[in-house]
Amino acid sequence: MIETQALGKRYGDLVAVDGITFKVEPGQVLGFLGPNGAGKSTTMKMIAGFLAPTSGSAKVCGFDVETQPIEAKRVVGYLPEGAPSYGEMSVRQFLGFIAEVRNIAARDRGKRFDDVVGRLNLEGVLEQPIETLSKGFKRRVGLAQAILHDPKVLILDEPTDGLDPNQKHEVRTLINAMARDKTIIVSTHVLEEVHAVCSRAIIIAKGRVLADATPAELEARSRYHQAVSLTATDTKAAREALARVADVAAIEVDAQDGRITAFPKPGKQIFVAVNQVLQERNIVVRELALEGGRLDEVFRTITQGRAQEAQA
Amino acid sequence: MSAISTVCKRELRSYFATPVAYVFIVIFLVLSSAFTFYLGNFYERGQADLLPFFSFLPWLYLFLVPAVSMRLWSEERKSGTIELLLTLPITMWQAVMGKFLAAWLFIGIALALTFPLWITVNYLGDPDNGVIFASYLGAWLMAGAFLAIGSCISAATRNQVVAFILTVVVCFLLVMAGFPLVLDAFRSWAPQVLVDAIASLSFLTHFSSISKGVIDLRDLLYFVLMTGFWLYASAIVIDLKKAD
Repeated sequence: MIETQALGKRYGDLVAVDGITFKVEPGQVLGFLGPNGAGKSTTMKMIAGFLAPTSGSAKVCGFDVETQPIEAKRVVGYLPEGAPSYGEMSVRQFLGFIAEVRNIAARDRGKRFDDVVGRLNLEGVLEQPIETLSKGFKRRVGLAQAILHDPKVLILDEPTDGLDPNQKHEVRTLINAMARDKTIIVSTHVLEEVHAVCSRAIIIAKGRVLADATPAELEARSRYHQAVSLTATDTKAAREALARVADVAAIEVDAQDGRITAFPKPGKQIFVAVNQVLQERNIVVRELALEGGRLDEVFRTITQGRAQEAQA
Repeated sequence: MSAISTVCKRELRSYFATPVAYVFIVIFLVLSSAFTFYLGNFYERGQADLLPFFSFLPWLYLFLVPAVSMRLWSEERKSGTIELLLTLPITMWQAVMGKFLAAWLFIGIALALTFPLWITVNYLGDPDNGVIFASYLGAWLMAGAFLAIGSCISAATRNQVVAFILTVVVCFLLVMAGFPLVLDAFRSWAPQVLVDAIASLSFLTHFSSISKGVIDLRDLLYFVLMTGFWLYASAIVIDLKKAD
């Protein structure tokens, strides 16, 4: 479990994190979203015990990160941004070092090592110096280091950054597999990731929490939520037909591919009505889709909207 | 305790995983022999002792020890591994000590590898081996003080070259603290007490009595306290600077 209470960090006049309060329970995967420089990494660094908060507190499994740092660090697995590791060591030596520092009992060490190496497919590179590995492997070594002691809490700072699509998929599968009994925080600016792994998302900008909801709830805030998009052979006729539907608030036509999007009035559903009107008028539709909502659009509205408010 | 030794082992192993260790040891041995035999007139003196070796040692340390210490923390900061190291369940003090001990042991290894000199004097004459042993001990303690200074300065910057140069300068001032070069800068304005205090900080003064075989507890204490102070300062500097 992770609990922060008005957690804050300032560097002189610069406020990096401005009173963040949240609680994550075991079994939850919390996605940390935000523009670069929003304070995601700083928050994670404070929870992991690398940086001392300047105000507020953070607790990991009941241990305060400031007053019981060793106990807190023991239950946390942390992947720092960029997955740093000692380049001159081989993967086996590096994981051996981590096992020793983390005091993993000698009888469990082999088992844990095999488990982690298997999960992250590191068998082929065990004897290679880490600095000679590709970016994807380095990232996986960093992940291996973080989960080696089977921690109750996992803090992963951009775990899939710089990975190819296959590797991203593997890492997400790994996170999902571990999610059941662990408390996990993942920071990312890849929004598709939120859907793939997170049960909850927090959007922060300028050190403040701007939204805290499930991915579906966030999507529901999108103006594309429940919108209907289609392409028709006769774009003009289709557009006119859509304008007839009572609950349609606005219609947009993409100038490039002629895709028409009809936005519903708040709280209304228009899919059935749109279908009907198209059939009545015999308009041939090549493609018709109900939009779930666009996270990137929600993300932009939330982070930029607030930023503009703050400036005004 | 075990955390210190784990960190220390990892660090020491990393020296030998790269050519750094071997280059250092070879240069150290070549230079220390060159100083002993050519500048120190080892043969011409006709005395069976290692005074020529030990009296040049502080000057050799001045350039070689900062070369070891410069990477201690600046490399961790530059590569970001400091974040990994300090989020492992170890205290700051264990991390500082572990890394320092590795560097200190490494210099100890280099120092021990000068044993052919010891064999040579024993072959040529009948030296006082007690004095030689005391001198080695003093030389190792002095290396610790140099390293602790280097550790602190290395913690303050992520640039190894800057760390190297600053460490050389600070060590040079401390080595020369008992000499007019440094003292004259203070004599004109500082009270005599302060000038004396600075003079008593001199590495050379404390080391020269040890290298002559005179083991004064105060000299040993001086190096131990010096090391402790700078290591403590290292921990503070790391704490302050780790965020940037």
